[in-house]
Amino acid sequence: MAAFLQQVVSGLAQGAIFASLALALVLIYRATDILNFAQGEMATFSTYVAWSLMNHGLSFWPAFALTLLIAFVGGAAVERVLIRPVEHRPEIVIVIVTIGLLIALNGLTGWIWGPEVKAFDSPFPLRTVEVGGVTISLQDVGVLAVCLVTVALLWAFFRFTTLGLVMRAVANSQEASRLLGVRVGMMLALGWGLAAVLGAVAGMMAAPALTLDPNLMLIVLIYAFAAAVLGGIDSPVGAVVGGLALGVMINLLGTYVDFIGGELRLPAALTVLLIVLLVRPQGLFGHRVVRRV
Amino acid sequence: MPRISPFTLLKFACVLAVAVFVAVLPQIFDSRLDPGSAEFRVGQFTLVGIWFVALLGLNVLTGFNGQISLGHGAFVGLGAYVTALLSLGRPGLELYMLDPPSWLPIGDGMRPVFTIPIAALVTGIIGFLFGFPALRLGGVSLALATLAVAVSFPILMKRFDEVTGGGGGVNLNLPTTPFGWDISTRHWLYYEAWITAGIVLVLAWLLVRGRVGRAFRAIRDGEIAAVSSGVNSALYKTLAFGVSSAFAGAAGALLAIEVAYVNPDTFPVGLSILLLASAVIGGLGSLAGAAFGALLYVFLPIYSQNPPIVSWDFSNQAPAVVFGAVLIAIMLLLPGGVAGGFRRLTGLVRLGLARRRADRSELA
Repeated sequence: MAAFLQQVVSGLAQGAIFASLALALVLIYRATDILNFAQGEMATFSTYVAWSLMNHGLSFWPAFALTLLIAFVGGAAVERVLIRPVEHRPEIVIVIVTIGLLIALNGLTGWIWGPEVKAFDSPFPLRTVEVGGVTISLQDVGVLAVCLVTVALLWAFFRFTTLGLVMRAVANSQEASRLLGVRVGMMLALGWGLAAVLGAVAGMMAAPALTLDPNLMLIVLIYAFAAAVLGGIDSPVGAVVGGLALGVMINLLGTYVDFIGGELRLPAALTVLLIVLLVRPQGLFGHRVVRRV
Repeated sequence: MPRISPFTLLKFACVLAVAVFVAVLPQIFDSRLDPGSAEFRVGQFTLVGIWFVALLGLNVLTGFNGQISLGHGAFVGLGAYVTALLSLGRPGLELYMLDPPSWLPIGDGMRPVFTIPIAALVTGIIGFLFGFPALRLGGVSLALATLAVAVSFPILMKRFDEVTGGGGGVNLNLPTTPFGWDISTRHWLYYEAWITAGIVLVLAWLLVRGRVGRAFRAIRDGEIAAVSSGVNSALYKTLAFGVSSAFAGAAGALLAIEVAYVNPDTFPVGLSILLLASAVIGGLGSLAGAAFGALLYVFLPIYSQNPPIVSWDFSNQAPAVVFGAVLIAIMLLLPGGVAGGFRRLTGLVRLGLARRRADRSELA
């Protein structure tokens, strides 16, 4: 039982990272109806920026804060420069632009910082504590706490501030918002900035456990996609629940099903995802999309 | 008899000229270069032919039918493994201490060239079956599901190592010229790839020019409208998946024979992503676009790391940056890719000619 709970806790910590990146995807999807395939690479790039800042003598948390700021500006800039010009073109065009960004950023990260693996210090103590017979690593607790606090702050921003309300209005209907005098373009850029911030949080939380290399977030991105689709691609709650559930699920499957073991976690998770999609295409919390001709 | 426009004739003349050029290219290299570099160049253009086959498949699916695939590399990989297993056969696999389950119909080894259609068929059937769940996933979810296939493929190949040889991969028997023909092995591989490419090109052309192609494009341009007009969307979408995978399988078979080695890391997720990028830059919805894409896939990485004329030597990450940047630039500036650019040019010429003809008839 203790071993089981231990797996659940470390699954939650992993899941919190998936949830953060999944939420970033959902945020952009709700506002603009596109999945940003470059979200993971943007997060990796931000994490490398944090690594450089720490290498220049900053301690973890100042570097963390500064990186979030840089990520925000970068995310907004990507929207303005690359996405705005193709905004009204077919979906496939926008998806391909984000794929182009994925390829270019991945290469750029390797070009600037080199392909070798880098150690990324953890801000949390490497000790474990025992709670009722269950050994819990403080690293896991810290990651879970940072991700959940970020998500809670974001929720409060959307729920309680005027700016958050305006952004929700834009996500709901761009035309109506524009008629009411909202600067829609500005709000979309803001949304991309916030999504980049979420991704940066996920990257900096994932890096200590996975070590930093240019492909850090590629697998995380796939899990985040899976989490977002599992929860319902237009549902922020779904993204968080989906991320946590996926984290716990792959840990338990990997530990208790011999056939899956350590290696087949990803294919197993994707199979579950495919089954969910076939039974319930809108995901667990998503809305059914009705299409008109 | 329908009137054939001079532009159609011109197009066929161009295709014929390119075919002749491809046929004599090895001789040109042999006569102008020293034997070592001639062999190297022929090898490069063999790869162009192989990726041309793969990109024709991707173009049928993404360009003509509008279904994004980020998993094409996995189907290429599948074809490569089919050829590896069939050409080695059970006796060959035993040398690698491999013991595939007895229900797998692996014979006692066969001539590599005969495995190409089998690899295409097997991969095509698997792709067709994958098309069924894909039916329920439009647009972005489909891109995601195919990406999942691309990511899972190397993992699965490593896991089932009693069949695939795991991370170490398997060596195929070194290629030889079959049927006692009197050409070098290098040249044989070149012609094998390009003859396959020619067959696949004709098949693709026959497919997209008629009824099926019209249905593919109708679904791409407006699925609901197409269905309302009586197009069986499920049939044609799975068919597009099957055909595209079969072409990918043929390309994989050629690749396995050419490099005489398969391992899981030959087919990483990055391969699938770069294939899509090449197809888009070459030009979606155009068979010629696949050829431009293949040239790009082979030569862009080389020339972006060591650009010609200037003697710079960039990081080995430069190709990715250039690929990504070109992809974005093409989407922003020239959505039809290289082939679309050409089409726009000939369109302008046609317009000019038509205007002049109109002027003349007015005068007369």
